[in-house]
Amino acid sequence: MSLTVRWLEMGVLALGALLALVMAAKAVDPLYAFHSWIFFAAAVLGLFFMARNTFSGAYLEEKETEYMDKVVKYGVVATVFWGIVGFFMGVYVASELAWPWLNLSEWLNFGRLRPVHTSAVIFAFGGNALIATSFYVVQRTNRARLAFGNLAWFVFWGYQLFIVLAATSYVLGGSQSREYAEPEWYIDVWLTIVWVAYLLIFFGTLVKRNVSHIYVANWFYLSFIVTIAMLHLGNNLALPVSFFGTKSYSLLSGAPDAITQWWYGHNAVGFFLTAGFLGMMYYFVPKQAERPVYSYRLSIVHFWALIFTYIWAGPHHLHYTALPDWVQTLGMVMSVILWMPSWGGMINGLMTLSGAWDKLRTDPILRMMVIAVAFYGMSTFEGPMMSIKSVNALSHFTDWTIGHVHSGALGWVGMITMGSMYFLMARLFSPSGRLYSYRLVSWHFWLATLGIVLYAAAMWVSGIMQGLMWREYDDQGFLVYSFAETVEAMHPYYVIRALGGLLYLIGAVIMAWNFYQTAKGRVSAAEAELAPARA
Amino acid sequence: MIKHEKIERSATLLLILSFLVVTVGGLVEIIPLFWLDNTIERVKGMRPYTPLELAGRNIYIREGCYLCHSQMIRPFRDEVERYGHYSLAAESMYDHPFQWGSKRTGPDLARVGGKYSDQWHVQHLKDPQSVVPESVMPKYAFLAERELKFDDIADHLKVNVKLGVPYDEDMIKNAKIDLVAQATGENTEGLIKRYGKERWGSATEVKARDFGLDGKEKITEMDALVAYLQMLGTLVDFKTFDTTNVENLR
Repeated sequence: MSLTVRWLEMGVLALGALLALVMAAKAVDPLYAFHSWIFFAAAVLGLFFMARNTFSGAYLEEKETEYMDKVVKYGVVATVFWGIVGFFMGVYVASELAWPWLNLSEWLNFGRLRPVHTSAVIFAFGGNALIATSFYVVQRTNRARLAFGNLAWFVFWGYQLFIVLAATSYVLGGSQSREYAEPEWYIDVWLTIVWVAYLLIFFGTLVKRNVSHIYVANWFYLSFIVTIAMLHLGNNLALPVSFFGTKSYSLLSGAPDAITQWWYGHNAVGFFLTAGFLGMMYYFVPKQAERPVYSYRLSIVHFWALIFTYIWAGPHHLHYTALPDWVQTLGMVMSVILWMPSWGGMINGLMTLSGAWDKLRTDPILRMMVIAVAFYGMSTFEGPMMSIKSVNALSHFTDWTIGHVHSGALGWVGMITMGSMYFLMARLFSPSGRLYSYRLVSWHFWLATLGIVLYAAAMWVSGIMQGLMWREYDDQGFLVYSFAETVEAMHPYYVIRALGGLLYLIGAVIMAWNFYQTAKGRVSAAEAELAPARA
Repeated sequence: MIKHEKIERSATLLLILSFLVVTVGGLVEIIPLFWLDNTIERVKGMRPYTPLELAGRNIYIREGCYLCHSQMIRPFRDEVERYGHYSLAAESMYDHPFQWGSKRTGPDLARVGGKYSDQWHVQHLKDPQSVVPESVMPKYAFLAERELKFDDIADHLKVNVKLGVPYDEDMIKNAKIDLVAQATGENTEGLIKRYGKERWGSATEVKARDFGLDGKEKITEMDALVAYLQMLGTLVDFKTFDTTNVENLR
């Protein structure tokens, strides 16, 4: 990369720092001022490291002919780190519901920490996994280095900055109360900039590819990036009270606002947590199983049917509300139809193991990926079922929804991510191409699986029970339970749920330990002779 | 019929087609809502939030109350008996953003206004378990200590006007005065004139008093939040709805 480009990049960072200073000086509330200083610190740090690299000439050592893997490696580290943070936050907020005294202060109250948990797992853990794996996959399957040079680093660090801004914002009381889109307007603007850069890199790499066909994993990644851009912009339309203040008011109100939010909310699931991770599945499962994707034709049908249908499913979050009935019914019908492409994808993933099923006995990484796909199948059956209005009448507003989300998030998203992370750890970090310990992967697998089972089962029971208690009448025609009585009945299940989450967290900590040892180039003494190096 | 291979060989085609495909659902389900009259059927009694209520609502949003409390009563027998008349779209027409919620760890609040005394609310917010032993709600005692910041409240009203909320010049000009009047219960004539039932046809009159019960000079965040909670669901008069009226037997 030429020196001129580097000077230009440093100029942009300097301008950013200057802008942050102006923002800090004119800030009308402390949170905005605090965030301006974070922006400033980030720009100055970026400037410092770039300058150091430029003047020492370190940047010259990077070969333009090689894959850009360092940013992927950073992504793997970030994924593991944020995963543990996010799971810990989950265990903490789950414990707050079981033992409310844990709401220790204003900053640690459930209402402020719950978005920290959801954003940390979805955007920090999931998002970093998506960015890292997409950068890895797009280079390998297109035999091309990432486009636009240092922009990939901007995306990586810019995204971490977004995470830090979002998390500190919730704790300190900045939220626009849109679920999974809580960050206030200026953080949204920042994410938009980062996301457009991400799209440019991904698309640019596809354009300069050295193979004729674009591999299916890339279709999913591309549509995930594009659709998230659309959803993010559509759902965050708001007018700030001051351009130097935190607070904004959403453009829409009431019913139109609600459908817009759930058009976003459901497709955060559909595209962020599904399409993107399907991209992961279509690359890492065949790689780990050393078998080609089961059906090429099915993958085409899967792709187009899935992305078309998902977008329609949002209204099932608003059944029996003041949203017009026709929208609810349409949303329900499309949600049920969505079952088909989802299972098409599951079948394509599972059947890729044809002729390699025996590997499940010896390869815990593949086992992780396969159970992820199985959980995907389970939750994409449960979802359509819950979107049927009469089922939803019972399940809505209860823990059943929470359980459903987590069998998808912990089972599908978490497991496919961890399987892929183990794959990348072995490929990118280990000198011998193998992990420190496969037995520890097995431990991780079983702890996580047991954790999910406890979690989902507890939420099924508590959700259905509470739904039934709310609507129970005695033979005189009076409601049997007060609301408070139904809350009391939840306690044992909240304890079990927290325990399930704890097991899942312990699994992730074991992964981090395994990762650390692998990166150090160590091999567990007990396994030195057992497992051969993996390609 | 184009061959799929063509799309697989062109990144641009793939980008454009997949984008077009994902826009359809949103266009069909969302855009018509802005023009169809029956999306929000107008009802009598809806008025914009008073400055104090709006400030209280912003605290409700800040603290993430919507994560455990819905404001959407569904048309089921048990919900209507537990919480009151099912929610109408018009009742959230001035809500930027909406607060329908998605989870009931605590009860629905769409019609909580007037159900409990101010004293109960203050005690409950400070220490929920002291009035509802089974509750898992966090304590919000700090709200009673913190002075409400409302220097820029008129700007908040102005932004809402741009978004379609019918605050008029008079309301914006007197925003601070109205806020203080409502939180102290003194000099409330202007407040009542601008937000009262006479002007908007609401079911209940604007309430003005020391909501936080602190008896101090300063207006706290507790005052604002309780003022907001005490007006929820109190605007539309459902007593006038007569199920036996022949007009309704269509």
